[in-house]
Amino acid sequence: MAVTTEQLAEEMYQMVKETMGKKNLKAGDLTKAMIAKYGEGELTKDDCKHAIRILMDSGRCVYSYFGGSFITLPHKEGSAPE
Amino acid sequence: MADEKVQTKLLDELEKGPWPSFVTEIKKARKVSPVCDDLLGQLELSYEEKVGHWKHGGIVGVMGYGGGVIGRYSDVPDKFPNVAHFHTMRVNQPSGWFYTSNALRTLCDIWDRHGSGLTNMHGSTGDIVFLGTKTDELEPCFKELTEAGFDLGGSGSCMRTPSACVGKARCEWACYDTMKMCNDITHEYQDELHRPPFPYKFKFKFSGCPNDCVASIARADLSVIGTWKDDIQQNDAEVAAYAAKGLDIQEDVCGRCPTRCMKWDGKKLTINNRECVRCMHCINAMPKALAPGKERGATLLIGAKAPIVQGALLSSVLVPFVPADELMDTIKELISRVWDFWDEYGKNRERVGELIQRVGMGNFLDAIGLDPVPEMITAPRDNPYIYFKDEA
Repeated sequence: MAVTTEQLAEEMYQMVKETMGKKNLKAGDLTKAMIAKYGEGELTKDDCKHAIRILMDSGRCVYSYFGGSFITLPHKEGSAPE
Repeated sequence: MADEKVQTKLLDELEKGPWPSFVTEIKKARKVSPVCDDLLGQLELSYEEKVGHWKHGGIVGVMGYGGGVIGRYSDVPDKFPNVAHFHTMRVNQPSGWFYTSNALRTLCDIWDRHGSGLTNMHGSTGDIVFLGTKTDELEPCFKELTEAGFDLGGSGSCMRTPSACVGKARCEWACYDTMKMCNDITHEYQDELHRPPFPYKFKFKFSGCPNDCVASIARADLSVIGTWKDDIQQNDAEVAAYAAKGLDIQEDVCGRCPTRCMKWDGKKLTINNRECVRCMHCINAMPKALAPGKERGATLLIGAKAPIVQGALLSSVLVPFVPADELMDTIKELISRVWDFWDEYGKNRERVGELIQRVGMGNFLDAIGLDPVPEMITAPRDNPYIYFKDEA
């Protein structure tokens, strides 16, 4: 593997951060982007799965549901009462 | 106090008639759960105004999981503060829905401590559904559930909680061990269950025989339906006993066989097993006389769904027969190819059945490396999605 899982997680985090508010990213979008960047021989879907798990377990990213499940940065729930 | 506080003139209509009423049950729970008055009040308001007053929560959940919690908020929290947050938790049910009374008490006690106390046993996917809690109670509730041996189920674009009929635990017609298969698949795909990786939801359902008690053919993206390859087991003495007791075998058994593969001459029942389509009618009609064959396994079907984004679909045959002892390996191998294809080509909120409709079954089979076989279609020329090429 050309990158460590932690580096992969960091790159995914940056992607989510940059697109926050502009585009919702699914786990599959992050996986495809990383495989496209490093090449199929260098990276597997399982590597990406582990990287996403690191992001979720650390709380740096959370899943959101708006007509499908997306990966986003933690934020205040828009529909929650004050 | 409750009756004075909330007038439920319209909801009271739902208590009339001989059938169970969720309004009656929520009213009963008022004595122990303070949220019930506000819940009834908000629902009454919705009936009066013909407008729903729930907002969908997008990010509530427990740490690390992307499924299992469905966020709900009231859009009139000032009027009904006790249901300002009213999140649902889906709890993974045991295979076949077998509980000890102690397990049920444990679940109810946990929910009394952390939520409204209201449950739905069970949701349409099969989960234990805990209705109504606050965001702050999610983690403590999850902690107690896991300590008691339970886990959350699926929601969102996850593999949803697999479900199975009671199978061999109570049914002699089960052609494979549905409960074991359901449990094994649940454990095998924990990541897909808790961390949504797909374009949309994906459901497994396991039925032990073609009676399909969990309706997998209508609701599961991957239906696993028990079947047999050899002849129906027949006990002639019991057939005669049914006839002696007054069963009209010609009319009620042979006459209702969809392929007319049975004959009754008044003494002997003859079955042309080559023409049998495993509909189970004759076995259901004469359970002591007939039984599924001994060479048992399952048919794998793909693509069913209830109508949400698009209309309902029934599943299509993918693998006509897998022996029971090869089932787990076959499902694992096949599902990885199906998920790869769906991952690559599925649109957001597109179920796998809808993807197959869009690209064509022929292309789908080609992509996952399966050859078309006659059992995939209901009748010749009925399903023109497969074209045979002339081999020069």
